[in-house]
Amino acid sequence: MINLTIDDKKIEAPDGATVLEAARLARIDIPTLCHDPRMKPFGACRLCIVEIGGLPRPVTSCTTPATEGMVVVTTNSKLERLRKTTVELLLSDHPNDCMVCIQAGQCSLQELAYRYGLRENRFKGAVRQHNRVDNNPFIMREQDKCVLCGLCVRVCDEVEGVAAIGFANRGFESDICPPFKKDLDCEFCGQCVAVCPTGALSGKMWAGQPRLEQTRSTETTCTYCGCGCNLTLHTHADKVVRVTSRPDNHNRGWLCVKGRFGYEFIASPERLTTPLIRRQKGGPLEPAGWDETLDLVASRLTAIRDQHGADAVAGLASARCTNEENYLFQKMFRAGIGTNNVDHCARY
Amino acid sequence: MNGEIIVNVCMGTGGIAAGAEMVMKAFEEEFASAGVENATVQSRCKLHKVGCRGFCAKDVLVDISVGGEVSTYQFIQPEMVKRLVKEHVIGQKPIKEWMAGEDYHVFHDNQTKIILHDLGKINPESIDDYLSVDGYTAARKALTTMTPEEVIVTVKNSGLRGRGGGGFPTGLKWSLCAANEADQRYVICNADEGDPGAFMDRSVVEGNPHAVVEGMIITAYAIGATLGYVYIRAEYPLAVHRLRIALDQAREKGFLGKNLFGGTFDFDIKIKLGAGAFVCGEETALIASIEGERGMPRAKPPFPANKGLWGKPTIINNVETLANVPPIISKGAEWFASYGSEKSKGTKVIALTGKIRNTGLIEIPMGMPLNDIIFKIGGGIEGDKLFKAVQTGGPSGGCIPQQYIDLPVDYEGLKSVGSMMGSGGMVVLDETDCMVNIAKFFLTFTQEESCGKCVPCRIGTKRLLEILTRITEGNGRKGDIELLQELAEDVRDSSLCGLGMSAPNPVISTIKYFRHEYEAHINQKKCPAKVCNKLLTFFIRPDQCVGCGMCAKACSVKAISGELKQPHAIDNSLCIKCGSCYDVCKFNAVIKD
Repeated sequence: MINLTIDDKKIEAPDGATVLEAARLARIDIPTLCHDPRMKPFGACRLCIVEIGGLPRPVTSCTTPATEGMVVVTTNSKLERLRKTTVELLLSDHPNDCMVCIQAGQCSLQELAYRYGLRENRFKGAVRQHNRVDNNPFIMREQDKCVLCGLCVRVCDEVEGVAAIGFANRGFESDICPPFKKDLDCEFCGQCVAVCPTGALSGKMWAGQPRLEQTRSTETTCTYCGCGCNLTLHTHADKVVRVTSRPDNHNRGWLCVKGRFGYEFIASPERLTTPLIRRQKGGPLEPAGWDETLDLVASRLTAIRDQHGADAVAGLASARCTNEENYLFQKMFRAGIGTNNVDHCARY
Repeated sequence: MNGEIIVNVCMGTGGIAAGAEMVMKAFEEEFASAGVENATVQSRCKLHKVGCRGFCAKDVLVDISVGGEVSTYQFIQPEMVKRLVKEHVIGQKPIKEWMAGEDYHVFHDNQTKIILHDLGKINPESIDDYLSVDGYTAARKALTTMTPEEVIVTVKNSGLRGRGGGGFPTGLKWSLCAANEADQRYVICNADEGDPGAFMDRSVVEGNPHAVVEGMIITAYAIGATLGYVYIRAEYPLAVHRLRIALDQAREKGFLGKNLFGGTFDFDIKIKLGAGAFVCGEETALIASIEGERGMPRAKPPFPANKGLWGKPTIINNVETLANVPPIISKGAEWFASYGSEKSKGTKVIALTGKIRNTGLIEIPMGMPLNDIIFKIGGGIEGDKLFKAVQTGGPSGGCIPQQYIDLPVDYEGLKSVGSMMGSGGMVVLDETDCMVNIAKFFLTFTQEESCGKCVPCRIGTKRLLEILTRITEGNGRKGDIELLQELAEDVRDSSLCGLGMSAPNPVISTIKYFRHEYEAHINQKKCPAKVCNKLLTFFIRPDQCVGCGMCAKACSVKAISGELKQPHAIDNSLCIKCGSCYDVCKFNAVIKD
């Protein structure tokens, strides 16, 4: 353990902790924009600057390791002036169209503008222009709202291992984009969208839908595969309008394209809601009750087994079922019917 | 004809730009054609490609040595070669009026040359030339008679500090690196010289590449590195070419590769070309660039000496720093420390440019007063105008005004007045330079070269530039000076790397020393130096105008009218103040005020 003092508070932090981590353990608030504890520190937004005894200038707490006996000041008039200027600079190159922005209410930049009371801006000047055109099917890119925190670039590289986007250009015209400024062409996992602190990245299907604070949250488990990622379904008027995942769950808030964007089937009119039985050869599939259906399946399976032997029957289950469900399925086939002809896409 | 005839043509970049290759060719041809009449001339002449000797303002410089008697000629062009060969080489009568004058000798005599000692004397493409001036004896001495610890102690005692800008004690840096447990360490030579107007490192690599290679060998031995990189700008093709030759030659002689100097130490050097980003001169950005990543700095600690290239302890030293190492090892720490001032030892190579008579590459002992550099070595201001200020340390340095003309040029001296040593660029400004415009010029550069990672540098420098621009265009507002000061301080104090931390320096220092110029721009809408066109009014003096019509032709908005051979006049309601009429008038009839 490391003993240090932050804002006159004696603090014990685990070995290897950064100053920011130590402060957060002690419930000391330091604003950040480019920090996510699930990724490597970046030190770009300069909001988490602190003064450390013995150092000549402020340093970023997210990148500075806590050391024994360190004395840290997280807030004073000088630090707050620097933070305010930084936020003011960010806002001077931002559309400030919060009223029509999907991220309003969830936006870290909006929160900081509110915190520092920035109604006027001393640095009004040129703003970056972005045409907001990207013909990919899932991810809306509004780069003029980008604060270049680099979270999207880092999650794509560090977590997904894909590196589909990166920094381009220099100076004021610095930008985040796919190679050669083409349309985004990746697996659309949307991790970048999940970590974006502003409205620069969002889901195309979320546009015009209720913002998160208008929705009801329901914790559930993803049905797409056996990983069983935890999901938060956001519903409005009994309809799922967005899916997110909390960073404190077993999948650390990370999702794939299916879990994040593949929720429209829930409200699809084509979705099967009852079993269907074809009662006549060549006839239509007709809705049926579960009792009738299960009786039919049981009697046909028994008849086939009795007439042709157990190996005339095979069972194919799904990796989208849970382990328990798949276990019961193979048990039914092996012990109930008496055949080893049982499989599913992830193999038994 | 008695004795050997040697013609040395200055083939530095400045020399080549001034036509040195054609001059050399002319000599070769002239000897060939003269040789028909007198065969002995041709057979006794040698032509050397010598590196930069620093006096670029006088290029093409040619030394003609007849039997050991050397005469230096300046401003030599190919058509002059015929007469030189005829009168000097054959006729043995040097041409007095073409010879370098007194200022050439004043320029050289006031310098102290450690780094530049052999530049302009040896052929940089010949390892034998370097060996003939005791080249590689320092590396041999270090590797065969000293322990790595002894090498580090010698460099520590010499007081050598990083010449790339930071001024960090070199020996201390090495010992911090060597103290790490590691299976691999690296040494990197930073030759990514990006300051506008700076050509110190370029000249050293072009003129004496083996000195840098030897410095790297000794550094590698001291810290235990087996691989080194030279990170050099692709915009320096001649330097890269000569470095490649030097590396090949050193490998052939067994100075690089396995078992150096017959011992057990292995070391080799790779070249990595930079793609022209100024920020890649910053050591963590440079490392990222070598690793194949975008050149963006990262926060320190960890410092490269502990965790650098590929996560291994790495020493990054600048070209000039490394070139200082061989003489320190050869001649000892005390010898080196005898040069310079109390805390800044040795010499500094400086690229002297701007409104100065003798522009060029110079080397001075640390602590030499600014006055001696500008008025003795530099020969004073061009056209005898009034000295106004000198910008030191490149675009991130500060402007030093007349009142500090006796300031000693060393790390502490420059810092005390709000500037810095940087890599050693010195841009001299005279009374015709507008200080607001100068600040704008440097901010334009740093703004474009910001890597974009951190907010204060990316957006802050842009806003500084915007405010400066509106001041120079007559749209300055009350309170702009204070706003510039506040923003400049905030950018300086909260940026991630040295680029952002120092980019506001030109703004801070010009406001500090030339606030009245800012006030004139904002309050009176006047540019005292008459540089900012939008603040000037152009008119034609009827008594000077001969009515040639050049100005009317040059005017793109037809604001100038007048009959031929009659005085013309400018309609100020149409004038866009581009200054074209002022530039074309041969009779000084166009006045700006």
